[in-house]
Amino acid sequence: MRAVRVLTTALLAGAATLALAGTGVADTPSASPGGGHDKDKGKAAADAPPTEAGTGFRTAAPFRPGQRATASASTGDYLYWTVPLDSGQRATVKASVTLPEAALRHGASTWRLDVYDGLRRRQPCVYGAQTVTADRAAASVELNCTLRTVRPGAEMWSDDPLPGSYYVRLTVVGLPKEDLGLPVKAAVEADVKDTGGAFGTDGALGTPLVTGAVAQTREGSLRRPEDGWSGGQWSDRWVWTAAGGVLAALAGVLGHSLTRGAGRPRP
Amino acid sequence: MITRKRLAAGVCGLLATLTVGLSPTTATAGEPAAKESPKVELVLDVSGSMRATDIDGKSRMAAAKQAFNEVIDAVPDEVRLGIRTLGATYPGDDRQLGCKDTKQLYPVGALNRTEAKTAVATLAPTGWTPIGPALLAAADDLNGGNATRRIVLITDGEDTCAPLDPCEVARDIAAKGIHLVIDTLGLVPDAKTREQLTCIAEATGGTYTSVQHTDQLSGRVRQLVDRAADPVVTPVATQGAQQCQGAPRLGPGLYSDRESFGEHRWYQVAVKPGQELRASVSIAADRAVNNDYGVLLRATTLHGREIVRGSEAGDGRTDVISSGLRYPKGPVDEDGERSTETVCLQVSNSFSAAPGVKTTPGMPVELTIDVVDGPDGTSDVASFGLGRGWWLLLVLALTGLLAGLVWGWLSRWRISVWRTN
Repeated sequence: MRAVRVLTTALLAGAATLALAGTGVADTPSASPGGGHDKDKGKAAADAPPTEAGTGFRTAAPFRPGQRATASASTGDYLYWTVPLDSGQRATVKASVTLPEAALRHGASTWRLDVYDGLRRRQPCVYGAQTVTADRAAASVELNCTLRTVRPGAEMWSDDPLPGSYYVRLTVVGLPKEDLGLPVKAAVEADVKDTGGAFGTDGALGTPLVTGAVAQTREGSLRRPEDGWSGGQWSDRWVWTAAGGVLAALAGVLGHSLTRGAGRPRP
Repeated sequence: MITRKRLAAGVCGLLATLTVGLSPTTATAGEPAAKESPKVELVLDVSGSMRATDIDGKSRMAAAKQAFNEVIDAVPDEVRLGIRTLGATYPGDDRQLGCKDTKQLYPVGALNRTEAKTAVATLAPTGWTPIGPALLAAADDLNGGNATRRIVLITDGEDTCAPLDPCEVARDIAAKGIHLVIDTLGLVPDAKTREQLTCIAEATGGTYTSVQHTDQLSGRVRQLVDRAADPVVTPVATQGAQQCQGAPRLGPGLYSDRESFGEHRWYQVAVKPGQELRASVSIAADRAVNNDYGVLLRATTLHGREIVRGSEAGDGRTDVISSGLRYPKGPVDEDGERSTETVCLQVSNSFSAAPGVKTTPGMPVELTIDVVDGPDGTSDVASFGLGRGWWLLLVLALTGLLAGLVWGWLSRWRISVWRTN
C-alpha cells in the first residue's frame, strides 16, 4: 500500500515538474519578441531596408516589419513593396508621402494604400485611413491600414489573411492631370503586434503564401520573417495549458490530503 | 568583371536548378536561367524646340546633355546602354523626311563612357519630333535575346508625325511579348505632350515623369537605368485557349498572356493528391478603360464543375486588378482514387472601354502558378489542441481536486477493508 502511495506522489510530483518545465521552456520564445529589437539592429546592416520601390507585384521591393522602406518616385507611379507576415500577427501598414512643392501643384490629390496577400488578393483594412485627400497646400500625406490578424490556416474558399508575403501598393488615385509626373518621396513601414493564442484558429498551411517563381530572385532573405516562418508553433496557449496542469496536480495533492484528515490512520 | 558576374550567376543558376531538382514543388518556369545582361536605350528628342531656355535658366538641350553625362558616368557595369536620337539631322520643312529622322547615336552594348559622352556632345537641336518611328527603331535596337529591356524616352513635345500614333506604337511593341518597358520623361510638358507620354508609359507598364529641374532629370534617368539592372523574373509567354479542352498545360511559374475585353482564357494545371495549387492573376489596365472593372479566376474540373474561385472588382485609377485562389487537393479523391487531377483555370475580366478605344491587342495578363505541398490533413484543433483562459484553469483544477479526493477515499477505503480482514 505504501508503495502505491509513494508511486502516486512520485507521479503527481513528476507531472508537476513536467508542467513547470513546460512553462519554462514555453516561456523562452515569448520573451524573444520583446528582446528582438537588439537583434534587429545587429542584422540591419545585412538586411537594409530598400530605398527603391517596385513598379508591380513582380518587382515589389521586400522589407521586414519594423523597417522603414523609402522610395523617390513620380506622382502617378504605382509603388510596390512586399513584407512577410506570420500567423498571429496583426500588422498596421503605414505610409507617408512627401508631396511636390505646393507651387507646382494645381489642386488636391487623393492617395491610396492597398494591401494584397501572397495570392494577390486584396486585403481589407479593419481600420485606418486608407484613402486620404491632401489639399493643395499640404506638404505630406499620412496613410495607414490595419489588417486582420493573420491566421495559420483557412478554408480554401475564404480570403482570410494567411502567413506569407503581403504586397503594399501606394499610389495617387485622384489628382488634376497637370500634376502627373511631379517628384514625390514615399516611405512605408509595417508595425506588427503579436496577438497571441486568443486569436488561435485551426488549420495550417503546408508552406507560406510566397510565390516561388518571384521569391527566388530579389533579396530572398527579406522575404522571410527574421526568425523564419513559425507556422503557428508557438502561442501563449502552451503557458495556459501547462499552468492548468500544474494547478490540477496541486489540486489533486490537496484533494488527496483532505481525505487523510489531521493525521494518518494508524495501522 | 562581367564574365565573373556571369560565372557567379551561372553557379547560382546551377544551385537553383539543383534545389529545384531536389524539391519537386518549387518553380521551374520563369527562371532567370542564363539571364543576359539588361539592355537600355535612351531615346532623346533633339527637335528644334529643345533650344528653349526654361530649365534652371539653361536650354532644355543643355539640361539633357548634362543629365546624360551624369547617367553615363553612373551606369552599372552590367547594363548595356544605347542612345538614339530623334529629329537630330533634318532641319528642313519636308514632313516626309522630317518624320523619318531618327538615328542611333550610340549602339546598344558594353558602354565606352568617353565615346558615349563625345557622341552626346555633338548633338544640337534641329528638326521634327517623330516619336513613333523612334520607338519602333529603338525596339528593333533592343531586339533579340532574353534580356530585360527598357526604353527611356526624353522629349519636350508631342509627336508631330500623325497619323502614326506613338501610343499605339507602344502598345504594339508591348504586345510583341518581349517585355519591353517604356519610361517617359517630359521636359516642361504641355497638356497634349503629357497625355501622349502618359499613354505610352501606361501601355507598356512604364512610368511618366514631368521634369522641372536638371538634377531631377539626371536623378530619374539614373533611377530608371538602375531599375533595369535589378534582377527580375521574366514571365513565359503563353496563350490560353477558349475552352479547357486543348488549353495549354502549365507547370509552376510565371506566365504572361493577353486578354481583350470580355474574353475568357483557359489553362490547365496538373495537381497530384496531397498537393496544393496556388494561382493568381493580374490584368493590367494598359489603356483608357471605363471606371468600373473586375477580374475572375476560376478553378474547375475537366467536366466544368467549379472548385474554387477568386474574384475582385474595383473602380477608378489603377494599374492592375488581381485575384488569386488556392486549391489543396486531398490525399484521396471522392472516388477513392489517388490520381493526378487536371484543374482548369479560367481567367475572365469585366473591363470595358469607351467606343473609340482599341480592343486589340488584349490587355496584359500575368499569371503565377505554384504547386506546393498541401496542408498535412485537415484538423479542427487550433495550436495542437491546447487551451487557454480562466475557465480552462478552473476545469483542470476542479478535475485535479476531484481526482485527488477520489484517490484519497479509495485508498482509505482499501486500508479500512484491509484492516477489517
